[in-house]
Amino acid sequence: MIEITGLHKKFGKVEVLDSVSLTIADKGIFAILGPNGSGKTTLIKSILGMVIPQQGEIKIDGEVIKGKYDYRKNIDYLPQIARFPDNITVTELINMIKNLRNRQANDTELIDMFGLEPFLDKKLGNLSGGTKQKVNLVLAFMFDSPLLILDEPTTGLDPVSLLHLKDLIRKEREAGKTILITTHIMDFVETMADEIVFLLEGNIYFKGTVAELKQKSDRNDLEHAIATILSENK
Amino acid sequence: MIKVLQYSFYDLIRSRWSYVYFLFYLVLGFALLFLNNSVAKSVITLMNIIIVLTPMIGTIFGVMYFYSSREFTELLLAQPIKRTTIFIGQYLGVSLSLMLSLVIGLGIPFMFYGLWQSAEMANFGLLLLSGSFLTLIFVALAYNIALSNDNKIKGFGYAILVWLFMAVIYDGMFLISLIIFEDYPLDKFTLIATMFNPIDLSRILILLKLDISALLGYTGAIFQKFFGTHAGIFSSLLVLVIWTIIPVYFIARKASKKDF
Repeated sequence: MIEITGLHKKFGKVEVLDSVSLTIADKGIFAILGPNGSGKTTLIKSILGMVIPQQGEIKIDGEVIKGKYDYRKNIDYLPQIARFPDNITVTELINMIKNLRNRQANDTELIDMFGLEPFLDKKLGNLSGGTKQKVNLVLAFMFDSPLLILDEPTTGLDPVSLLHLKDLIRKEREAGKTILITTHIMDFVETMADEIVFLLEGNIYFKGTVAELKQKSDRNDLEHAIATILSENK
Repeated sequence: MIKVLQYSFYDLIRSRWSYVYFLFYLVLGFALLFLNNSVAKSVITLMNIIIVLTPMIGTIFGVMYFYSSREFTELLLAQPIKRTTIFIGQYLGVSLSLMLSLVIGLGIPFMFYGLWQSAEMANFGLLLLSGSFLTLIFVALAYNIALSNDNKIKGFGYAILVWLFMAVIYDGMFLISLIIFEDYPLDKFTLIATMFNPIDLSRILILLKLDISALLGYTGAIFQKFFGTHAGIFSSLLVLVIWTIIPVYFIARKASKKDF
């Protein structure tokens, strides 16, 4: 369980998160939505301890995470942009992360699923954006951690890989994990998410199910519901 | 820490620049020994090169490595590793690979020349030691600058400025102030001003050890007068250690507050 209370974050003069309080229960898929620059990534990075908030508190399973690092062994994270050191190969990268975590990983199964065998001995600098994203996915899914944080996982994926990704996420949900996803693809949210957290200008505008959001904005499909919220708040 | 250090170290050892740096010292060592035909003279020439070059290479490599390993750093930050471990590990990886290039690059030619039999062994060792300290210090300073500047161009600029200041401008200002205030007693001022520049300090350290009074200059003479040769060497080494610890402490402090 993640409990966030009164989270404030400013980058220079820009207030990215303005007193965000949020509780995310265990188990299920939680979609964090919001327009560009609404603070989704900052919120996620605060949970990971990569961004250090000015105020507020984040607890994971009852433990305050500030200044701690060990809790991250229970989190798998997929960064928004797949950026890796250019001069190492895919295998070296995977082995490095496995070595750092010192844990069992099911990387071969994932490599197989995303068809990465031909690229294993290639340097990461020479891979295409989509292939890098697949490597990114392998790294994020290869450990069996109870909390998964996926920052725009669909970026640059071909339709087949997208289907694989959806299957993977469903499988993780069935295994009883908590999955946080940010995305701009509403179709993905509608089919996958158990609950939505809608961020707007650094505040939580809405938290609830897809059906509740539709009801609130009086629209039948999610895309229009979100568009209505955004135009009402301009 | 060891794992992070290991990866940074191997990453750098495999890069072309480490070899270039290593080969440079190798060639330099052989060339100096060939031209001077004496270990003692070569050590003095080397000193002049090392105290300017190691800080420069340390500064440039430090900044360059920090910026080019941003991806790697971000990857590590999401892992269950302490922040200070990540940055100190990387810092040590860079410093150690540079120190290795220096020590092995110069070590090989001097060994071939029969360093073991010569009386210069300790002097040569001290030269490599101060070169290593300068590497540690300037990589740490560069890391501090890079941590405080997200803009690469600015970071590079400031880092080069720090090196230029320490290697050239500081001495100039120091000399000018000695001339301007020549009517006053300057012993303490000189002593303190030297402590604040690791490059000057290394120069004096080596000259004290070499025991060449003609080359000591004013600052060196004061050092010798104040501390005597042995205490002088000891205290300048101690200050070099402090010069290393402080910027490393600031790396740890800055790293734990930075957003990624």
